[in-house]
Amino acid sequence: MPVIDMSSNPQCERQHPKPQRAEVVVVNANGTLKNVFVWIKDGLPRAHWAPPAEAARLDQNGCEYSPHVLGIMKDQRLEILNSDPVNHNVHAESTTNVAWNESQPPRAEHKFKEFSSEEVLFPVTCSVHPWMRSYIGVSPHPFFAVTGEDGAFSLKGVPPGTYTIEAVHEKYGRKEGKVTLAPNGSVTVDFTYGN
Amino acid sequence: MATKSEFNAGLHRWSIVLACCTLLLVVAGGMVTSRDAGLSVPDWPLSYGKLMPPMEGGILYEHGHRMIATTVGMFTIVSMVWLLRAEKRRWLRVLGIVALLAVITQGVLGGITVLYLLPWYVSSAHASLAQLFFSTTVAIALFTSKWWIDGPAVIDEDTSHPIRTLSVAAPVAVLCQLALGAAARHKAIGSIFHICGSPIVTGVVLWISLRILLHYAGNRELRRGAITLISITFCQVFLGIAAYMTRIAYADAVQPMPLMVTFTVLHVAVGALTMASSVALAILVRRNLTSTEVRVPSGRAAVAV
Repeated sequence: MPVIDMSSNPQCERQHPKPQRAEVVVVNANGTLKNVFVWIKDGLPRAHWAPPAEAARLDQNGCEYSPHVLGIMKDQRLEILNSDPVNHNVHAESTTNVAWNESQPPRAEHKFKEFSSEEVLFPVTCSVHPWMRSYIGVSPHPFFAVTGEDGAFSLKGVPPGTYTIEAVHEKYGRKEGKVTLAPNGSVTVDFTYGN
Repeated sequence: MATKSEFNAGLHRWSIVLACCTLLLVVAGGMVTSRDAGLSVPDWPLSYGKLMPPMEGGILYEHGHRMIATTVGMFTIVSMVWLLRAEKRRWLRVLGIVALLAVITQGVLGGITVLYLLPWYVSSAHASLAQLFFSTTVAIALFTSKWWIDGPAVIDEDTSHPIRTLSVAAPVAVLCQLALGAAARHKAIGSIFHICGSPIVTGVVLWISLRILLHYAGNRELRRGAITLISITFCQVFLGIAAYMTRIAYADAVQPMPLMVTFTVLHVAVGALTMASSVALAILVRRNLTSTEVRVPSGRAAVAV
């Protein structure tokens, strides 16, 4: 992973005792891939899935976005924080949803946004600090996850049926898998990128 | 051109300052795009609601570009007022007004492209108009020079090697190439179109410049103009190759890399110089060479061009 050069903004650089690496490709210790957005792309019955009351959070901390990949439900509130002592602009580069670009000075009030359409994935960038980039996946239902330190994901409460599961990575793109879930059953699906 | 104007040293120097500041503005604009800083200041005409935001990260480039643009805008107003008050040539007074309208339009395009999140057609128009505006300021500096007002040593165009009409092809070709470059930079088209345009434009420039050097080398201004255009064009081709190579080399970089930014911005700046020198050469050709007319027995005039 390439090292980020934060020298253009010393206040960003000072927040990190050692150079930060970009999170474009993060391979875990067990050889799995972190920051892959996984969701049920197709197969769910027609239903209205109410978004959770709790807002999803996107923080700007150390001149990096946290988390790097964020899953959110359609119409769920997104809370955007600036924990840094510097100005940021937040540019949601969505194409299905309306794109926007707003400034967020230090100690400014949190921003709250919503996305009304399904969209997997789109970048959120900061032009003040061009290395800052995160991705948001907007799902119409709650059956999505982002792989973490162990590369695993879990979708709970899925009704029985046959589904298309999609894994989306910012660099390596999309992979699909078909699964059939029996009542009260569980099923495992693996996605492999590269060799 | 009918009215004889007197040389105004102050106006000429001011016109040169305006042209130099405009080139600096083109460089600043190139830095904004190359540094991906175009949206670092989301509001316009203010920046973060202020006249002077903290100059950090991308804000330094975007707001710096706005500050230089404001200065150039004010300089252009001074230039226009000076021309209106001191200049006898009506067409040059009109050119001063055109320059001001162009810089105002340029400012509005810059604001629109920020507010609408860099639509490629607005950003490309902004980049292309910048090149035209720079050429206009160079032309004004040329028209206000002592050399221009005193009048050059005019010679007849060689009817077997006409150049007056052909000379206009160079700035037209360069402008098309610059527009393709702007569209590629703003991701409207692939850079392949700009790359393919390069040998065509270079060919047009060489054709015209070599024709001048081969057949009109005795005219000092034309000779110098042709050599300048050829030299700048070759620099531009080299910088274009360097900019492309660094872009490929840093394709996986997470942020704009200094070497790529340097070559790309130099390519933009020398592109502006190529445009301006091609415009200047076309002006010189049409100024220094008179077209010869041949009367035919029927009474109709045929222009040997």
